[in-house]
Amino acid sequence: MSKDKHQKTLDSLPPVAGNGLLDRRALLGQGILMAGAAVAGVGASATGAAAEPLKDDPWSTTMGGPTPLRQQPSKFEKHVVRVLSNLKHEPRNSHARTPHHLINGSITPSALHFTINHSGIPDIDPAKHRLVIHGMVRQPKIFSLEDLDRYPMVTRTAFIECGGNSAPMFSSEPMQVTAQALHGLVSNSEWTGVMLSTLLDEVGVDPKASWFLAEGGDSCALHRSVPIKKGWDDAMIALYQNGERVRPGTGYPMRLLLPGYQGNMNVKFLRRIKLIDQPAMSFYEAKTYSQVLPGERLWKFHFLQEVKSFITHPSFGHSLKGPGYYDISGVAYSGTGRIARVMVSADGGKSWAEAALQGPTNPQAFTRFRAPWRWDGKPAILQSRAWDEAGNVQPLRAEIIANRGQSSQPVTNPNVFINQHYNSITSWGIDGKGEIKHVYA
Amino acid sequence: MSTRKLLVALGATLALSASTAVAQSPGLGKNITEADIKAWDIAVLPDGSNLPPGSGTVAQGAAIYKQQCALCHGEGGVKPAPGYAPMVGLQKWDRMDAPKTITYYEFATTIFDQVRRGMPYMSPRTLNDDQVYAVTAYLLAINKLIGEGDVMDAKSLPKVKMPNAGKFIIRFPDRI
Ligand code: HEC
Repeated sequence: MSKDKHQKTLDSLPPVAGNGLLDRRALLGQGILMAGAAVAGVGASATGAAAEPLKDDPWSTTMGGPTPLRQQPSKFEKHVVRVLSNLKHEPRNSHARTPHHLINGSITPSALHFTINHSGIPDIDPAKHRLVIHGMVRQPKIFSLEDLDRYPMVTRTAFIECGGNSAPMFSSEPMQVTAQALHGLVSNSEWTGVMLSTLLDEVGVDPKASWFLAEGGDSCALHRSVPIKKGWDDAMIALYQNGERVRPGTGYPMRLLLPGYQGNMNVKFLRRIKLIDQPAMSFYEAKTYSQVLPGERLWKFHFLQEVKSFITHPSFGHSLKGPGYYDISGVAYSGTGRIARVMVSADGGKSWAEAALQGPTNPQAFTRFRAPWRWDGKPAILQSRAWDEAGNVQPLRAEIIANRGQSSQPVTNPNVFINQHYNSITSWGIDGKGEIKHVYA
Repeated sequence: MSTRKLLVALGATLALSASTAVAQSPGLGKNITEADIKAWDIAVLPDGSNLPPGSGTVAQGAAIYKQQCALCHGEGGVKPAPGYAPMVGLQKWDRMDAPKTITYYEFATTIFDQVRRGMPYMSPRTLNDDQVYAVTAYLLAINKLIGEGDVMDAKSLPKVKMPNAGKFIIRFPDRI
């Protein structure tokens, strides 16, 4: 089938949900054609404008530049950066958010992985770094990085999400900011390291130990308590991220990985694990990640990052260049397991179409979803809603606000953590000119 | 053996070693005694375990606070520098944007722990244990959680009743 012919097919496909959502099967088995259509779709109308005659550009007629030892992004991609909360490096914590609206795929480039560091990024000499495991164990032991490098390793993909990611969504008015500002405190990497269970076996855990605390080698000695169950289940001492050593801001030379659990618990610069019989109640578990609910109720130990999705393309910061075909896409993930289903709406939740999931879908990892869409140029509201394999569903905004409340006054600064653990739907309102706003629908 | 067969065999060995970790574990960790870990073993638990010997008074704490803490957290624990937490806080929380500070903690041991491990922010772990008890006593007193004459030590600190004691609901009990 020629591209033109495929374009015709797309144009003639009947919508499966309101405002022009097409059947996801339009995407299946036609990857190359669709990729072409998607590129052409953003910017070109369905009929396509006549192209200029081709000629060589300067870079095609002279030898290119030298080969660097380590690759950097093209100079044309300078805008694809994290946004920072503490530009002057004042003595307090510092956030950097992933630019979800400027990247695609499911792995977050290591350089763009979100980070929150509470006392800067320590300059750790890997030859001197040690991991000690002690407390309620038969024999306390200490491991060097060189030691751990010789252990059996496992590679897996996992998202890490700050418990405060999406906190701006608790504002009583929708904040007019990008998906990066709203949801940039979640990223997804491939991690390689030693399973904590392997090391726990070596030290011999006292059956009365019910928790362990994990502590970093940074100046705030950040520590968190973790139920021992998680330690045996799937906790990893991660040494590599996306094939290279974990980067300094992400925990070099080793960090704890607790798939699906609140980012702050995935302790970076990990230097100590102590087996204990009660939670230590570090100030993060005692205050920061405890939530106040309506009716003076308080939650603690909200470790799980629940099922969630958001549309990254198109989203705030983009604009639609005229009616025609668009590839709606975004990420979905759940701390409970795999993503089973994502539904997309173009009419603010009145009708829904099933999105195509980019496989393989890994547990506790990003799954990119895509939905073909033919925009008719009229106002539309894009939403996504995810289900995980355990049957958990992303709550509607009305549900989460009823259960958890919202800010008393509108909040406009995305760096303020109004509350924690927002996992409801994000809505992008598109007007007749193709401008995109963040709306509540 | 062909490369492919070799890889398959290696894969099988890896899967085996992951599931039978004890037998296959390299055992490269060096033994160490709790005595040698002491300098790092700073976490205090809510029941008071691992609290060090020593003690401090509210008056002693007031002096330390003025010198080493007020710059960021505000004179008397109020009106902190922008971006920093106050040390005087509410006693009751009924909405998500009611500000939380140390008075929110379920256990007073968390104050001691946080100050001992991380404060003053630019020179952590420079206060001695008596000084940490003293600052903790001061912070509790300015929130009227202990009296002006009370002394904080390993026995008294875990007994301080915090406003939120016993009020927390565990979000996912089956995960603990
Ligand atoms: C340079 C500024 C600075 C100074 C000086 C400082 N702190 Fe802090 N303090 C911070 C920051 C920043 C945090 C938040 C830490 C984090 O994000 O992990 C903090 C957090 C705290 C907390 C936890 C607050 C909460 O709301 O849960 C306590 C308690 C505390 N400091 C006590 C002290 C005491 C006592 C001193 C003096 C011995 C002190 N601080 C000196 C910057 C400072």
